[in-house]
Amino acid sequence: MRILKLAGRRLAASIPTLVLILIGVFLLLQFAPGDTVDAMMAQMGGGDAATARELRRFYGLDLSIPMQLGNYLWRLIRFDLGFSSIYGKPVATVILERLPPTILLMTASLSFAFFFGLVFGVIAARSVNKWPDTVLSIAGLIFYATPSFWFGLMAIVVFSIYLQWLPAGGFEDIGAVQTGIWRTLDIARHLVLPTLTLGLIFLAIYLRIMRASMLEVLNLDYVRTARAKGLDETRVVTRHVLRNALLPMVTLIGLQAGTMLGGSVVVESVFSLPGLGRLAYESVIQRDLNTLLGIVFVSALLVILVNFVVDLIYARLDPRIAAEG
Amino acid sequence: MDAVKRYFRSPAAVVGLVLLLIVIVMAISASWIYPREPLALAGRPLIWPFSNPRFLLGTDNSGRDIAAQIFYGARISLLIGGVATAIAIAIGILIGAFAGYYGGWIDNILMRITEAFQTLPNFVLLLVLVAVFGSTLTTVTIAVGVVSWPAPARLTRAEFLSLRNREFVQAARTLGMRDIQLILREILPNALPPVIVYASVVMAVAILLESALAFLRLSDPNVASWGNLIGLGRDVLRVQWYVSAIPGVAILVTVLAVSLVGQGLNDALNPRLKGR
Amino acid sequence: MNEPFAAILTLERLSVRLPAGADRPHALSDVSLAIRANEILCVVGESGSGKSIMANAIMQLLPREVTIDGGRVMFEGRDLATASAAEMRNVRGAGIAMIFQEPMTALNPLRTIGDQIGEMFSIHTDLSRAAIRARMLALLEDVRIPDPEAAARAYPHELSGGQRQRAMIAMALALDPRVLIADEPTTALDVTTQAQILALIRDLQRRKKTAVLFITHDFGVVAEIADRVAVMQQGSIAEEGQAASVLNNPQHPYTRRLIAAVPPLTSPPARKLSEHAILTIDNVSKTYRSGGFLGRGSRVTLAVKNVSLRLPQGATLGIVGESGSGKSTLARCIVRLIDPDAGSIVLDGKDWAKMTREDVRRETRHIQMVFQDPFASLNPRRKAGDLVAQGPIVHGTPSAKAIADANELFALVGLDPSVSDRFPHEFSGGQRQRIALARALALHPEVLVADEAVSALDVSVQAQVLQLLAELRQRLGLSIVFITHDLRVAAQICDLVAVMKDGEVVEQGLAGEVFGRPRHPYTRALLDSIPGGDFAKRSAPPLPT
Repeated sequence: MRILKLAGRRLAASIPTLVLILIGVFLLLQFAPGDTVDAMMAQMGGGDAATARELRRFYGLDLSIPMQLGNYLWRLIRFDLGFSSIYGKPVATVILERLPPTILLMTASLSFAFFFGLVFGVIAARSVNKWPDTVLSIAGLIFYATPSFWFGLMAIVVFSIYLQWLPAGGFEDIGAVQTGIWRTLDIARHLVLPTLTLGLIFLAIYLRIMRASMLEVLNLDYVRTARAKGLDETRVVTRHVLRNALLPMVTLIGLQAGTMLGGSVVVESVFSLPGLGRLAYESVIQRDLNTLLGIVFVSALLVILVNFVVDLIYARLDPRIAAEG
Repeated sequence: MDAVKRYFRSPAAVVGLVLLLIVIVMAISASWIYPREPLALAGRPLIWPFSNPRFLLGTDNSGRDIAAQIFYGARISLLIGGVATAIAIAIGILIGAFAGYYGGWIDNILMRITEAFQTLPNFVLLLVLVAVFGSTLTTVTIAVGVVSWPAPARLTRAEFLSLRNREFVQAARTLGMRDIQLILREILPNALPPVIVYASVVMAVAILLESALAFLRLSDPNVASWGNLIGLGRDVLRVQWYVSAIPGVAILVTVLAVSLVGQGLNDALNPRLKGR
Repeated sequence: MNEPFAAILTLERLSVRLPAGADRPHALSDVSLAIRANEILCVVGESGSGKSIMANAIMQLLPREVTIDGGRVMFEGRDLATASAAEMRNVRGAGIAMIFQEPMTALNPLRTIGDQIGEMFSIHTDLSRAAIRARMLALLEDVRIPDPEAAARAYPHELSGGQRQRAMIAMALALDPRVLIADEPTTALDVTTQAQILALIRDLQRRKKTAVLFITHDFGVVAEIADRVAVMQQGSIAEEGQAASVLNNPQHPYTRRLIAAVPPLTSPPARKLSEHAILTIDNVSKTYRSGGFLGRGSRVTLAVKNVSLRLPQGATLGIVGESGSGKSTLARCIVRLIDPDAGSIVLDGKDWAKMTREDVRRETRHIQMVFQDPFASLNPRRKAGDLVAQGPIVHGTPSAKAIADANELFALVGLDPSVSDRFPHEFSGGQRQRIALARALALHPEVLVADEAVSALDVSVQAQVLQLLAELRQRLGLSIVFITHDLRVAAQICDLVAVMKDGEVVEQGLAGEVFGRPRHPYTRALLDSIPGGDFAKRSAPPLPT
């Protein structure tokens, strides 16, 4: 219960941050050349000044900036994110439609990166300065330096074009309408390459952190105590080292949440996935600033949510945190 | 200078330095080896690499020399990487130092701002900045710098927080030093090394960020950048995949070099971690 | 005394080599030692003598680069130095058990005490979980932990330092090992807690007839519990024998030097003190508020509560107390590194507690501080000469003169003026503390605050620095506030003593009075806890007055 209170406290402290982000980006977008109405009129194929004035008045864009900001925040509380000029639908609807692929992609990539980063990090730390460690560390360095979009393209070349094992893009086969388990498998097939692409850089990061964390913990006093009790090395690692070394990894998930979301913009573009990231890109290209602002809000919300869950997990793992509250 | 000697004892660090020097040499010698404008049409489009001695790395969809673009692209990557990193580190040190040294409400406000920047995914913020301010080389460089300052700020703040209570700083206070003297002469020289090492990470990320922007055609299209070329090559990925492959290797090598140099610096300046 | 039993653990000409670049090639050279059943053998030495390495070598817990390259470690007919990993695992915990210095870091912070003690049984025996739990609780009772059930459920950070060490002892003795190796187990504990733990170890040893190898740097501890003593110097044994004879009649010059350096508890005869008080501390308080959300549920700590003290000119006022007593906070309030919440601190007619920051900066030349950690109190990137000249330069002295003055100060504190061009890491702890002293004296202060200034030094170096302080006191007419947790050190150099507990001064007066005829029960408990009893109270040549 105390854990929930603690994490809840951190959550409440994030609200001012969220408001700060929204106000900041809203004001920033005021500097953009052209606004929603210009984009709309471009969609409609042009129009005269009178129509423009009408539209502006309808959308409240002729009010002063502080008033517009106030209006926006007021509507936000009721989850009204405004109207998308490009898609002709409320922004909230568009975002909700695009959310599932992104969430799926991020969950899959995170799980992949975390799990393999952990396993390889432990292997590297156990065999430090011997060949498995060297190989893994070099591999990690190379993965870290690889631009994700380039890796995605090369993966498409190898797996889709030459080997023809996996599809080159898209979320599912649009042609065949499938249900149940077949649909799931189809989506899974489409997500293999994107997951690998997005997960690779984070795999490298988790590997490095896990390895460093293990090495640090292996030198701590209580590991020496465990050995002095007569524990064999495997049990020293599983019972005394792993859980302690895991802590920085868990923190990292929270810290990297934003970066992963940003990475999905590029990966979704490469693999033509209908997700939130690609929506962000489209809004920039087509100057749909309402949608962009909505995406900013939802992204920040997602990051805050992930950090909340991370706080809960961390407090569960480390009993010292609850005490300090 | 045992730090320099320690640096050269690590093979990885030496490899990194060599690779980095190669990239720098490429950037400097670009206009000498390829005197013509890199984005000018040079020959038939889509010539394969190693098939024509005039175009060692082939030509792209529009018939421009890929090798020339690689050489000139080195300039862009190093330039953007370097300047954006400098901006990010400068802002980060300033904010982190004041937040860490003074604490209290100054720290609170500055950390809220830092948190705001970190909660928003940095690529999304980059997109917003590009949407607002456009895609010229200058704006992109500044945008990448602006998006990257939170991490150095946190690092600097952490260093200042720990050093502020170190006994030699307290001793200097009892000698009667002013705050600004303490910050600049006692704390900063000791706080700087980890931040400088971290600059290599920032630079690696900056290069990757810019190339991602360029790939999405949101960066400056009038310069020969590696990201631009990869984006271009996407259209001909099925057959002439080399147009995308080659600049990607260039990015990989450069970012790898920067990372290795950074790691080498870290190991050289923190000798007690050797042998791990 | 116990009858001589057979030797259980024997070191035969053991040598341990260090990696290249260490200050000597061998950590241990040709060490031969026998630990007999039912006795406590104390191995005493200064830092770097190799005593900890010896303990780790027996258990084969040496770091990677440090190896045994000669000799044997005989235990139960086997040579442990050549035993296989599996054999060692059987011996560790069951045959030979070990307890360490820092109980906080020696226990896994993420697992409960009961869990970690129970692990001993699950590794070496086949007992059921219920049986293990019963045994574990019995052990906790044996080591006299209050409320064993709650302690078993607790995590290490929820217990006090003394309780953690009791838990470690319980864990070590779980399987009734034949040998217990204790590596400085009480060094990190308060003096009163130390006394309790020493008594516990001796009591358990008598009951279970375990052989104990007790490593320490403190001769007082040796006097308290040792049956036999071995003195180590630079990797070899300088002297060995029954405790009483080594302590009272040391043969080896090194042993004699070490014992002479231990400050005795009797203070030198009282000096005449000045009437004029140069520093008056009146009702000073400092409160810390931590945690809490929007002001609710915050923890309030009264670090310093209404402390009033008086320092006569030219005298030394000692402030003694254990950790958490508030003495360090008080020291920092005096030099205004921390701002007191209430009260006045009057130096030379000016009230320091109420001065603005600007005024404090100007006036700070009158009162200077020497810190505890000689490794942390000097900026590693500045040369020694710059460090000492810094203060006067900030206050307007031209740098050439400041540097010249610095060289004079180095001579004053017993260092060669050539140290001026070298960096802190090139010096030993004692030398750095001298540099710190020179830096503090550079501004010609009237009052010097020494915050545990000798606590981090080896005993022999400690004696030298105390000697230096006494000389400086006389030559420069300094008034000193000397803060320490070690009563023996306070007895040496202080004219007046104030005892602090939980932020308050419980007793104060002339040193001879407070130590000879203590009135407050806490002072009495503190004095009784000093290890070594009579050994500590013997007289020694007085320091110059």
